[in-house]
Amino acid sequence: MSFIINGLLLGGTYALIAVGLTLQYGVARIMNLANGENLVFACFMAFWLYTAFAINPILGIVIIAPMAFVINWLIYSYAMRPLVNRSKTSGQLEVNSILATFGLLFILKGLMKFSFGGGYFTYNYLAEGISIFGHNYGLNRVVAFIAAAVIAGTLYLFLNYTRYGTAIRAVAVNPTSASLVAINVPRASAFAFALGGALTAASGALLSSFYTFHADMGMDFTMKALVIVIMAGVGDVRGAVLAALMLGLTETAIATFVDPGLTAAGTYGLFILVLLFRPQGIFGRSNS
Amino acid sequence: MSRLNKIFSQISKQEKRIALYCAIAFAIIATLPLFDQGFYLSISVNIVMYIVLCTAWSLFSGPTHYISLATAAFYGIGTYVVAIGIKDIPYPVLLVMAAIVSGGIAGIVGLATLRLSGVYFVVFTLGLSELIRQIVTWVQTNFSGSSGLYVFTDIREMHVFWQLLGLAVIVYIVGWLINRSRLGFAMQIIGNDETVAKHLGINTAISKILLFMISGAIIGVVGAIMAPRFSYVTPPSAFNPIISFQVVIMALLGGTKRLWGPLLGVIPFTILFDQVGVYFPDQTSIVIGVAFMAIVYLLPNGVLGLIETIKQKFTSSTKKEDPT
Amino acid sequence: MTQPILSVNKLTKNFGGLIAVNDISFQVKKGELMGLIGPNGSGKTTMLNLISGAFKPSTGQINLESTDITNQAAHMIARHGVARTFQLVRILPSLTALQNVIAGCVYGHVKLWGEDAQQKAEALLHRVGLAEHINTPTDSLTYIDQKRLELARALAANPRLLLLDEWLAGLNPSELNIGIQLISDLRDEGTSIIMVEHVMDAIRQLCDHCVVMSSGIKIADGSVDDVLSDPEVIRAYLGDEHA
Repeated sequence: MSFIINGLLLGGTYALIAVGLTLQYGVARIMNLANGENLVFACFMAFWLYTAFAINPILGIVIIAPMAFVINWLIYSYAMRPLVNRSKTSGQLEVNSILATFGLLFILKGLMKFSFGGGYFTYNYLAEGISIFGHNYGLNRVVAFIAAAVIAGTLYLFLNYTRYGTAIRAVAVNPTSASLVAINVPRASAFAFALGGALTAASGALLSSFYTFHADMGMDFTMKALVIVIMAGVGDVRGAVLAALMLGLTETAIATFVDPGLTAAGTYGLFILVLLFRPQGIFGRSNS
Repeated sequence: MSRLNKIFSQISKQEKRIALYCAIAFAIIATLPLFDQGFYLSISVNIVMYIVLCTAWSLFSGPTHYISLATAAFYGIGTYVVAIGIKDIPYPVLLVMAAIVSGGIAGIVGLATLRLSGVYFVVFTLGLSELIRQIVTWVQTNFSGSSGLYVFTDIREMHVFWQLLGLAVIVYIVGWLINRSRLGFAMQIIGNDETVAKHLGINTAISKILLFMISGAIIGVVGAIMAPRFSYVTPPSAFNPIISFQVVIMALLGGTKRLWGPLLGVIPFTILFDQVGVYFPDQTSIVIGVAFMAIVYLLPNGVLGLIETIKQKFTSSTKKEDPT
Repeated sequence: MTQPILSVNKLTKNFGGLIAVNDISFQVKKGELMGLIGPNGSGKTTMLNLISGAFKPSTGQINLESTDITNQAAHMIARHGVARTFQLVRILPSLTALQNVIAGCVYGHVKLWGEDAQQKAEALLHRVGLAEHINTPTDSLTYIDQKRLELARALAANPRLLLLDEWLAGLNPSELNIGIQLISDLRDEGTSIIMVEHVMDAIRQLCDHCVVMSSGIKIADGSVDDVLSDPEVIRAYLGDEHA
């Protein structure tokens, strides 16, 4: 049974990454394929803050997330908005944003490899056991899960119970109508893109406390996030949390019962199944 | 009359002349191994390989605007077909098998995904390469107890070169035939407006799948031809995702609106990537990233688009002087 | 009595909770020009989309003469001989005018290629008055010329049934006369046509028979004069106080 709890603990962190991606794609309409690099960058930041200044990763989020927010705001304003303005159809925007974020992905990955090298990184933060239902789990995992749950809960309250949160949800549903009711769509898009980046960075900081990371792993996490987003249905925050927990469980189950070498294959397998049978998402509503 | 209406024209004198020049050019290029068996041959193998890959990729992705990252998957399948069968099956048969297996998988992928939107298709094709690579790795380590396969043949670099050159000729002829065919015209219509295409009686799904299969089969054969060059085939080398990305970059930087467009991206970029790989091996990633940015922000229609814009400006400025 | 070219039988289409087309039946005789009219949002375009296969009906049946086309894909219905134009004109921008028309006679009800296709397309461009625009890039055509081009493309398939979705909308008065004349000629040649239209002059001049829809329901079916004086129809268009 311990794999269930392990899976849920892992899924908590995945949820934040996926919610970040779903905000960027669902609201700002940019499929940010460099989202994983954003996460890895946050891992390195947390590592650096912890080893150089003894700032623990939970506290580190307070520094890392606002920084990611600013960087992502700038990326949206200077790199993505010209594409939004230039593209005549949503298809063109899609192709352009895919190519541009691929560019971003490789540049960020290259810079991180250049700065930190291609090695594996890990550090010891709360690396002690905690007993739940008679099994031992890493305390850092549990803490990361709780932190992720708090952040996700705050986001949920923000999106559903504040004016600006409602505006962002309106843009997600229909940008044209949103602008008709005096919502500043370009600003809401930039905000959602930046917020998505900040959430992903927060999850990166949490992940780094219990996960061995390296400069090359960004793409894997982008894929995981995509699988979750698509399973949930684009823009569906609650669905993303559920789907993330499902993915965490699936991965842990495969690693426990089949072969750890096949976890990523499991992710893709799940992804392919979802695309084939429920392309609108498990929780998404059918359009037709 | 307008060249835009040439779809039905008989093969013109001009086209015959171009064909002749191309044949001569190919014949001259084919003599390369007689002069050099080292660096120049090796980089030429890469160039011709990418020419075939990018042209095949553009056959499908050019008109449909679907960005396929399945190149590594088809390529790796081709490589593995040869690696598995080389001991028991004659090499030419393996090349045909590579085409059939890659094309078949392309067909299945197409059936499953071409009704999806662009982003999903991109991610699906990338995931496909990774999925196949992981499964192959897992099967090898668990059932054969090795991490790769030896490919021992007496095929040398120059034979690889000649085979690729031959395949390039085939790809250009196939592409040219498609452009003149109902299928090519259908793809043009689909690229313009898929809804209209359907209401004109075009089976858009079958058309796209057919083209994806042709493209995938050719890429599979490239992988098969390259297998002897590996001598030891491992999943990371056969299913290298970087190939998929490089093909996208080179093809788009060249331009996909003409059959020969990708060529304009392949030649400079193969040389660039090769040099970067030699002198700055850790910076490959940054170069790829910058190249993607260049496609989006500087050359949205590739070098080809740039040339055509300049040409157009030139002809329109000469027209202005003509007071008619 | 010959078989009708199109018979729609108890057709319903719902999108989630919204019933866009509700249990509608009608027939179009061979060579007849039927007007499909009704206020905005009454389900006319949805009806055309159902006939042409862009949407699948929820229940009901559509027959093209003796062929059941109810659940067929759009391209199959096109091959059976249903051609259409679109409410918002849809030309193929990267192709020339000639190629746009050729596109209509290669894959559908008519399958021509090469010289034959080219000749047919040229003849049709003459027919709709675009003779001098054969090689014009389509994005520099005027609005009515784009509409003419779209019509020529639909006609290229020798359609057994032609669907015109507000083909006359947005034309100025002189263009409108040209357009009405063109459709009138088509009818005189015996083309079966369903025309969704708001332009009342055109409906009075052209239609043999009219079906009126309101909120997804058929509220009248008969000769033009009859349906236009039907109190139910007047109420649907103008509200209760006018009925």
